[in-house]
Amino acid sequence: MRRPLNRFLLFLVTIPVLLFIYLPVFYLVLSSISTRSEILSVPIHWIPQNPTLKNYIDILTPGTATSEVARTFKVTLRNSLFVATSVTVISLVVGSLAAYALSRIRMPARQTLLMGIMGTRMIPEVSLVIPLYILAARFGMLNKPPVLILTYLSFALPFAIWLMAAFFETIPVELEDAALIDGCSRIRTLFSIILPISSPGLVSTALFIFLSAWDEFFFALIFTSTVAAKTVPVAIAEFTGRYVVDVGGMMTGGVLAAIPPVILSLIFSRYIVSGLTAGAVKG
Amino acid sequence: MTLKRRDALTGLLLVVPALVIILGITLQPILTTFYLSFFDASLSKIKANIFIGLENYIKLLSDPVFWITIQRTLYFTIVSVGLELLLGLGIAQLIQSKPPGWKFLRVSLIIPWAVPTIVNGTMWRWIYNADYGAMNALLTQLGLITHYQPWLTKPFVAMNLVILADIWHSMPFIALILQAALATLPPDLDEAAAVDGANAWQRFTKIRLPLLRSAILVALVIRTVEAFRVFDIIYVITAGGPAYGTVTISYLTYLETFSFGHIGRGAALSFLISAFTLAMAIVYIRFLYRPEERAL
Repeated sequence: MRRPLNRFLLFLVTIPVLLFIYLPVFYLVLSSISTRSEILSVPIHWIPQNPTLKNYIDILTPGTATSEVARTFKVTLRNSLFVATSVTVISLVVGSLAAYALSRIRMPARQTLLMGIMGTRMIPEVSLVIPLYILAARFGMLNKPPVLILTYLSFALPFAIWLMAAFFETIPVELEDAALIDGCSRIRTLFSIILPISSPGLVSTALFIFLSAWDEFFFALIFTSTVAAKTVPVAIAEFTGRYVVDVGGMMTGGVLAAIPPVILSLIFSRYIVSGLTAGAVKG
Repeated sequence: MTLKRRDALTGLLLVVPALVIILGITLQPILTTFYLSFFDASLSKIKANIFIGLENYIKLLSDPVFWITIQRTLYFTIVSVGLELLLGLGIAQLIQSKPPGWKFLRVSLIIPWAVPTIVNGTMWRWIYNADYGAMNALLTQLGLITHYQPWLTKPFVAMNLVILADIWHSMPFIALILQAALATLPPDLDEAAAVDGANAWQRFTKIRLPLLRSAILVALVIRTVEAFRVFDIIYVITAGGPAYGTVTISYLTYLETFSFGHIGRGAALSFLISAFTLAMAIVYIRFLYRPEERAL
């Protein structure tokens, strides 16, 4: 249909785009399997001559010789996983109940509530952090994962409501009307009819929330200072911070932190696109 | 109780848990922040706050540092979001033209988007490294520079390099949104225009672009709000340096509050950021939330 020359020219354009995407990633991964002396060599060794998994071994099975950040990195991975999973589950449960009510049930102040909830998505973390910090300190919650779970809900829950409401809108009303007429209660209709049909919406909402909780840095930076609750982003930032820069460890930590979100997004790429379409394009 | 009222009651019960959480962790704190912004409050003497009215705001608004920071933040926002939109639109259109390997390109876009912001920052910081970084190595090997450069020691260069890192991470988001929107446009529209003699550029600007209006607007607003309060990537790449050259408004708030301990001032600053972003939210909702469309 299209002329071959045109297709070839378009193909040529994709090459710089792919290079821009992949070169930094390759560099990150290659640095993580390089020895310290190769990372610090000038002129640069693009491809490590003596590739090594030492950095990974240091982080995953830390010995006494490894730096403190590397030694505690595994714990921060676990903290991140725990916090991100909890935030995802809570937001999905609480959020889809609210989203269903707000998108389907006639009740007073429905529009105002929905808009107010969307509006909270615009509040920057920095304007919540001082009062939350004072409260957390008063209740002895600093340096504990629950404080992160609770504060992350400030962006995750409104987002879940917003996305799920957009997905519920796409389900024909007739479907639940039939169930309601047959005498099903609202709650039963929601659980036996609406939620099963909206499983793609649930998957994509879960994915977005997990990724944003995994990514979160600011609250984690403020609320955690010990390994008891520190998350991966804070640990990575510390590789460059107060310790001597351990570049290999830093890059390896980066790769390890990027693997869960990248793999999840690639597996569920279909849901990302549908989430972007439902949540953003459709609004 | 009528059926209708029982229904409304069920609805209320379903909303209450979410509402309690949202009120507790967003509304309460933001009101407290607003309240604190009228006090001379600091981390060291948290119990002895002194009411000073609008003084925090007056001091901020008459401080040149505040305005320079706003300018810098706007520079970051406009340049990064602007370039992300142009590149994203181009790449979305490229994918839509389906050159060989377009599926691979579309999947590839997900990677930079999924890489955590802090990892992205750390990676670019090392790429920009003055002594061993990949950028110096690459530019030297291409013959574009003769000596390794300390890129992050010049404020303006550092700012633009932070923008580059941000583009790598965020442009794919815009490209994916716009490509998803392009894919929903009916193809016969394009073919009809082609039959009528419209060339590719005309078809793009006269047909597709207007139809993409709302998708572009959403992408723009989401990204503008995000970019205006950029913090993470600056914290990692430059820590606000060199010489405060990459301090944005969120970073300034962080410094005021947690480095200098000026809680009241920090609260006033963060409230100004909220006011701006809430104004954006209103624009957002007005342009994008169309109940009549949702009812379809």
